[in-house]
Amino acid sequence: MPQFIAQHLPILQVIVPLIAAPFCALISVRNGAWWLAFVTSLVTFAISVLLFAATFDGEIISYHLGGWAPPIGIEYRVDMLNAFVLTIVSGTGVLTLLYARASVAHEVDAKQHGLFYTAFVLCLTGLLGVTITGDAFNVFVFLEISSLATYAIVASGAKTDRRALTAAYNYLIMGTIGATFFVIGLGLLYMITGTLNMADLAQRLLEHGDSRTLRMGYAFILVGLGLKLAMFPLHQWLPNAYTYAPSAVSAFLSATATKVAIYVLLRFLFSVFGFSIPFEADILFLVVLPLALAGSLIGAYIATYQDNLKRLLAYSSISQIGAMLIGVSMLSASGLMAAIIHLFNHAVTKASLYMVAGAYAKEAGTVSIRELRGVGRDMPFTTAAFVVGGMSLIGIPLTVGFISKWYLVEAALMRGWWPVVIVIVVSSLIALIYVGKFIEAAYMHPAPQGIIRREAPLTMLIPMWIFAGLSLFFGINSSLTSEAAARAAQGLVAASSLIWQ
Amino acid sequence: MTNLVMPSLVYFAAACLAPLIPHARLRAVLLLGVPVLAAATFFSATYGTSHILPLFDTHLKIFRLDALSYVFALVFSLAAFLSLLYAAHIRDRLEQVSTLIYAGSAIGAVFAGDLVTLFVFWEGTAIASVFLIWSRRTEGSYATGLRYITAQIASGLLLLIGIVLFYHDTGSVAFERMTLDSTATWCIFIAFGIKCAFPLLHNWLQDSYPAATLTGTVTLSAFTTKLAVYALARGFAGTEYLIYIGAVMTLFPVFFAAIENNLRRVLSYSLNNQLGFMVVGVGIGTPLALDGTVAHAFAHVIYKSLLFMSVGAVLYRTGTDKASELGGLWKSMPLTMVLCIVGAMSISAFPLFSGFIAKSLIVSASEPYLWVWFALMIASVGVLEHAGIKIPFSMFFGHRSAADAPKVEEAPLHMIIAMSFAAGLCIAIGVWPENLYAILPYPVDYVPYTTAHVVTQLQLLFFAILAFALLMRFGLYPLEYRSINLEFDWLYRRFLPRLVSRLAMRVTHAWRSLAGRTTAIATRILSYSPPANSASTGTMVLWIAILLGIVLCLAYL
Repeated sequence: MPQFIAQHLPILQVIVPLIAAPFCALISVRNGAWWLAFVTSLVTFAISVLLFAATFDGEIISYHLGGWAPPIGIEYRVDMLNAFVLTIVSGTGVLTLLYARASVAHEVDAKQHGLFYTAFVLCLTGLLGVTITGDAFNVFVFLEISSLATYAIVASGAKTDRRALTAAYNYLIMGTIGATFFVIGLGLLYMITGTLNMADLAQRLLEHGDSRTLRMGYAFILVGLGLKLAMFPLHQWLPNAYTYAPSAVSAFLSATATKVAIYVLLRFLFSVFGFSIPFEADILFLVVLPLALAGSLIGAYIATYQDNLKRLLAYSSISQIGAMLIGVSMLSASGLMAAIIHLFNHAVTKASLYMVAGAYAKEAGTVSIRELRGVGRDMPFTTAAFVVGGMSLIGIPLTVGFISKWYLVEAALMRGWWPVVIVIVVSSLIALIYVGKFIEAAYMHPAPQGIIRREAPLTMLIPMWIFAGLSLFFGINSSLTSEAAARAAQGLVAASSLIWQ
Repeated sequence: MTNLVMPSLVYFAAACLAPLIPHARLRAVLLLGVPVLAAATFFSATYGTSHILPLFDTHLKIFRLDALSYVFALVFSLAAFLSLLYAAHIRDRLEQVSTLIYAGSAIGAVFAGDLVTLFVFWEGTAIASVFLIWSRRTEGSYATGLRYITAQIASGLLLLIGIVLFYHDTGSVAFERMTLDSTATWCIFIAFGIKCAFPLLHNWLQDSYPAATLTGTVTLSAFTTKLAVYALARGFAGTEYLIYIGAVMTLFPVFFAAIENNLRRVLSYSLNNQLGFMVVGVGIGTPLALDGTVAHAFAHVIYKSLLFMSVGAVLYRTGTDKASELGGLWKSMPLTMVLCIVGAMSISAFPLFSGFIAKSLIVSASEPYLWVWFALMIASVGVLEHAGIKIPFSMFFGHRSAADAPKVEEAPLHMIIAMSFAAGLCIAIGVWPENLYAILPYPVDYVPYTTAHVVTQLQLLFFAILAFALLMRFGLYPLEYRSINLEFDWLYRRFLPRLVSRLAMRVTHAWRSLAGRTTAIATRILSYSPPANSASTGTMVLWIAILLGIVLCLAYL
């Protein structure tokens, strides 16, 4: 039996939550849905860790679905990069579900809990599926599963704020357009090659060479994924969605959804297209890099104006996504590594920050910075977690944010891109403003009259502090993450046909 | 000899334990044992003894006993003993502890066999000594202390930079002879130069020594600068620049000392001038010259302490060290007067006093460099004028007769003992120079008491005295002007700050007008809150269309 499980780990990674999801809606026991979802997430996390361990030494696991060999059948392909992302996604799933119990009970109608957790687990399934699959069309399918589930769980924030509905609606329109673009791009590639397996696709594209269809396909896939990962200026769906979704959902999505989209982008750019034709790199340089630079500055700049803490964090996410895209568009091993390590680092940082926001929403009943004045005295542990996360956003040493910035700056210097270094530093300085703004309000100002706030419950504090602790731990000892990121970057390097420095 | 206790550790241990002794007089007496005990640890050890401390992947030679370090450690121990004895009336534990750490660091630095150890003790002397100034606990001394520590820390940092570069260049941190051929050695050289009060780097000395407590000045005068001389002798012996630096150093303080009114500052200038002799000796770098430097440093520490002690004793009794407010004390403080004159004769290098037998070595060694020799001669005259005559004259005789002078007591007993001890050493060394010559780093076959030497020196001295007498007779000698003299430090303490503040004003004005103009524009930009609030679905879709269009265009180009 263990042998059997070990052989089928890749499919179990997806199938376990997929099967568990509908049962969440069926269980009528009190909190049963939560328990099922939580246990499911634990199992998926265990599977991810096993996969991570199996691929850490460079092995690539290729799993043939139903025993059908790759070009025809669907292949699940696990290497260092997606094992890393799988671990991020499922680990975040465990912790946010732990956190969700108290938070969701407060923010979502009790009658909807079953459906909420069903959608949540489906979203997890979709994200894991996108990450693990080696089949391009399968990516689209799982992307749709996760997106549809996401629209639903974002909309479930309607109990506290009706604007969650319009946010979800906007998200739905935009997400669908993005997915459509993506699938159009896939269609064009299929026209050229007649295959949907990524490895096979890469092989045949290389043989096929340049063509208008290929260029079309590249453009559609790039823009479609750009929307999914909230590349500036295609980010506009994100702030509202993250602001009005239940806090646990914001924490989960901010740490996973955009990260998975970036993963898919990396996979397609490097493993499928592989930069065999010059225009691919040119577009990255001419379009993605400027937009990433603009996004990292403008996102941070807009964040400084926000009074709603969750919206502030959303804009900060846009800025941080810009930073990752800067790393990607450097087209160097070190830049890629910086982007991948930032993927993880930003996930743990942002998750802890959204959890803080959720704790405020529950205990103080507000996420408005003005109304949260003096909260540092009433909710010391929660606010301290914000300070840790905030320092990481700024990139202060001993936090993961510093590690990311360090590698990113180093990679930029290696390419001799001084202006890019300046942009990175300036956006960190702007982060200092928006983080400082909240910390000042929380600690320096007296609380508004007649407000009673208690510290958040342990089930919220523990996951929040695990994330905060991780962002300190990996900030001090980054050997594991930087090793994994370096190997993942090497894997992408090896797959592409760029000549590397 | 691995069980040999490091002498500096004795001082540090004493510094930790001393404050615990509650009884002040007992504490003062016990402290006297510390230099003796510390000296005993190395006094009879054989040359070549060393301690290696393994640290990380390198080895630090934290203790190295050879002829050069032995002499300096010996005279530092003597100086520590003298200053502790002289300060026996002090109850201030802070001052006692910092004296101990200061002396311990200086001795530790002398024994340092590598640059890292040297740096640690180098900083130790800087930090411990500043408390001797702050112990005075006045606002002025606080500011002076800050200026002093700034100079000392600057020296330490330069040394550190130099060491790092040196290690980078050579892969070694051994403290041996260096040549001025790289940034590293230049950094180390200038670091030494600051502590040695090279011309234009000297102002911290005249600024701070007169500002310390009266006992603190005695302590300060012994260690820091002589440590620098030691470091130069060890690291840069035979560096030709030093000859000229030293020659300038012997000359320019003479004039400032002549017109200075504060007697402790006069002595500080004279100290600087004496350092010049030693620096010349290091620069010449022949065995004779180096022996001269070491002997001079040895003698100098003792007679300079003696002079500072006598001025300190007068200050202790009268409350002032200004020449214009003193005079005619020979009757009330006769012993102090006699001892002071011994010190004055030593520094002026009268035959049979320690200055003569030490300075002669350097002067003889400088004979190949005619102009330098000439400068040293002029400087010797200057020394006699300001230190040999001015100091005792203005305190004990001067413009007041004994009858006009305030009636004060003789100096306290322990000060008299300390001064007598120092005076005895000055004479003993002068009369029996062989004992000092025996411990010098190189074998000496120099005979100071030849007719030619003695006659030359006496001629020099008597003509100088004649000149002084004549100038006094015609009232031309600037003996006691109450004035503040303009020095090089005016440049960085007055001129530069003024320049900078004026520049800053300009910049501020320019900035204000620029800011005023831009504020209007900035306010307009900033008051515009970015469109964070829900963009419509249409706008979003428009953006994606635009972006797709751009990418497609670029792809087709």
